[in-house]
Amino acid sequence: MSGSTTTSIRKTKRVLGLFSDFDQAFNVITDIKHYKVPGISVDDVTLKSPIEHPEIEEVLGERKCHVPKFSFVGGLVGFCFTFLFLASAQANFLAQPQGGKPVITIPSNIVLAYEMLILFGVLSTLTGFVLGARLMRKPKGLYDTAITVDQIGIVVEVSDDEIQPLKAAFKMHNVLEVHEESLT
Amino acid sequence: MSEQEHLTHEQTRDIDENIAWAKINKDVLKSMENPRAGYWVALVGCMLLFSVMIFAEVWQYNYGMGDALLNTSHMWDLYISTFVFWIGMSHSGTLLSAILHLVHADWRKPIYRFAEAMTTFSLMTAGIFPVIHLGRVWNFYWVMPYMSDRGIWPNFRSPLIWDAFAITSYLTSSVLFLYIGMIPDLAICRDSATGWRKTLYTFMSLGWRGDDAQWRNFRFTYLMIACFLIPLAVSVHSIVAMDFAMALMPGWHVTSFPPYFVAGALYSGCAAIISLFIALRYFFKFEEYMTMPILDKVCKLTFVIAMFWTYLNLIEFASVWYGHDVPAKEVLLAKAFGPYSPFFWSMVVFGSVLPFSLLSKCVRRNMKIMMTVSLLLNVGMFLERWMIVTPTLSLGYHPQAFNVMWPGWVEWAMVGGSFGWFGMLFLIFVKVFPCVSMYEVKEMVYHRKRHAEADEDAMIVLHTGVPGPKKSQETGGA
Repeated sequence: MSGSTTTSIRKTKRVLGLFSDFDQAFNVITDIKHYKVPGISVDDVTLKSPIEHPEIEEVLGERKCHVPKFSFVGGLVGFCFTFLFLASAQANFLAQPQGGKPVITIPSNIVLAYEMLILFGVLSTLTGFVLGARLMRKPKGLYDTAITVDQIGIVVEVSDDEIQPLKAAFKMHNVLEVHEESLT
Repeated sequence: MSEQEHLTHEQTRDIDENIAWAKINKDVLKSMENPRAGYWVALVGCMLLFSVMIFAEVWQYNYGMGDALLNTSHMWDLYISTFVFWIGMSHSGTLLSAILHLVHADWRKPIYRFAEAMTTFSLMTAGIFPVIHLGRVWNFYWVMPYMSDRGIWPNFRSPLIWDAFAITSYLTSSVLFLYIGMIPDLAICRDSATGWRKTLYTFMSLGWRGDDAQWRNFRFTYLMIACFLIPLAVSVHSIVAMDFAMALMPGWHVTSFPPYFVAGALYSGCAAIISLFIALRYFFKFEEYMTMPILDKVCKLTFVIAMFWTYLNLIEFASVWYGHDVPAKEVLLAKAFGPYSPFFWSMVVFGSVLPFSLLSKCVRRNMKIMMTVSLLLNVGMFLERWMIVTPTLSLGYHPQAFNVMWPGWVEWAMVGGSFGWFGMLFLIFVKVFPCVSMYEVKEMVYHRKRHAEADEDAMIVLHTGVPGPKKSQETGGA
C-alpha cells in the first residue's frame, strides 16, 4: 500500500491549502486517494473546516474515536464506586436508628449511584474528548484564521519530492492560498 | 406597519439559506460589542434587584428566620417554591439542546445556546435557596457525603440528600455541556478578538483548530453528553418532586408528582425561552437569526407541553378527589375556595387557559403580546409551585398547626432578588460569549441550502428529464 511506502520517506514540510468550498477540498482528497498525487496517502491528510461536513468519513475513510468507550467506563465506575461507597458508609454507621429497615438500603443507594453514573460518565467523556481531539496541547502545524470563518483547509506532511505534485493538485482544484512550513 | 414589522410578519423560513458564513461571524461578534441601550438598562435593573436580595439576606442573617415570617408549620414556604421554580426553568436548555438535538430538529440551532445558559444560571439561582433557608449559611457543606468527627454520615435515604447529589451532577454536567458546545465558537472569537477577550478566548478554546479529528471527537462528545443529560434532567426534577411526594403530608403524597413536576419544568422553561428570545432579539438586533418561524415553533411546543401539564394537573386533582383521603381532599378544597383561592385560580387561568392564545397565529407573531403572554405563563408556573407548598403547610394533619401564612418582605425580596441574580448572570454571559452558535448556524444554512438545491434538481429532472448543472458546496463567503 502507498501508506507503508510513504512512511519510509522522511517528511520535511507541512503544506496547507485553503479552498473556498468543500467540493474542491474533497476533489483534492479524492485525487490523493486515487494515487494521483505520488507518494501521498489519504492517511497523511488533515482536513480543517469551520463546520463538520456530514459526509467527511466517506472522503477521509473511517477514523477511530474512543469517546464512547470513555463514557461507558466512566458511567460504570461512577455507579459501582458510589454504590460501594454508600454501602460501606452505611455499614460503618450503625449508630443511626434503622427503624427496622435494612442497613444497606438498595433503592435509595440506586438513586444516588444513578446520579453519579451520569456525573462520572460526563467527566470521563470530557476527558476522552480532550485526549482524542488533542486539545490543551501546544498548537502544532499550519493554521489560518480563515478556517474559522468560511474556508476549508487541507494540511499534508510531505517530503521535498512530493511538494510540487501536491501543489499542482491544489492548483488544479482552485486553491485560494498555499502556506508551507519546515518540519525540521 | 413599518417595513421591519412587515418583513417580520412575512418571514416564512427559519433562516435565510443564502446568508454568508462570514456574515454570520460578523453579526454575532458585533453583537458582543454593541448591544442596544435596553441591554444596559436591563443589566442595571437586575443588579439593583440583586442588591435588594443581598440586603434581605443580611437582614435575615442578623435578625433570624422569624423575620422571613417562617414558623413551625410554614418552615419552607416561598423559599422552596422559588427553589422548585428555578429548577424547573433549568429544563429548557436540556429540552432545546439535548432532546431536540437527538431528534435532529435543526431549527433549535440559533437559539439553543442561550437556553443552555439559562439552564446553568437557573441552577445556580436554585442552589442559593436551600442555603439561604439554612439560616446558618456556613453549614451548607453538611449535605456533602463525608463523615463528621463524631462518625456521623448524612442520611442517604433522605430525598434532600438526593437533591444535593442530583443538583450537583446537573449543574456540573450542564456547565460542561454549555462549555463544550461553545468551544468551536470560542475559537472563532479567539481569531478575531483583541485585548483581554483574546486572552480569555485563547485559554477557553483549548487550542481548537477545526481538524477533522477534533470535529469527530466533538460530535461523539456532544452526543454522549446529550444522552447523559436527558435522563439526568428527568431524574433531577423527579427527585425534587420526591422531596414532597415522599413526605406524608396531605396534597403532597401523590404518585404522579414526578412526571407532573417534569412537565411543569419543561413548560416554565419553554415560556422563559420565549421571553429571553424576544429580549435578546431586541438587545442584539438578531432579527436574521432569531426569526419569527423559530419563535412560532417554540410557541407551538410550549402549547403542547402546557396541555400535557394541564392533563397531569387534572389527574392529580382527580386522584385526590376519588382517593377519599379526607385531609388531602380538604387541602384541595381549601386551594379552590380558601384564603389562597385567588392565587390558585390565577394559576389555572395563566397556566391552563392562557396557553390557548398560542393557537392564534396573530398572537404568536406579535412580539409585544408574546412577551406578555410568556411572562404571564411563568407567573402561573410560579403560583403553581407556591400552591403546591403553602396550602398543604397551612392545613396539615395536626389541627394545632393550622395556620394561614403570607410571606413577608424578606421572602419577597429574596424571590425578586433571585430574578435579579439570574438576569445579571445571564446578561453578562451573553455579552461576553456568543449567544448564537455560529458554527451550528453555518451547518444549518449549509444543509438547508443543499436540500433546497437537491429539491430544485429533482424538479428540473421531473419536468425536463435532464439533470440540472452540478452545484458546488459553497460556504457562501470566500
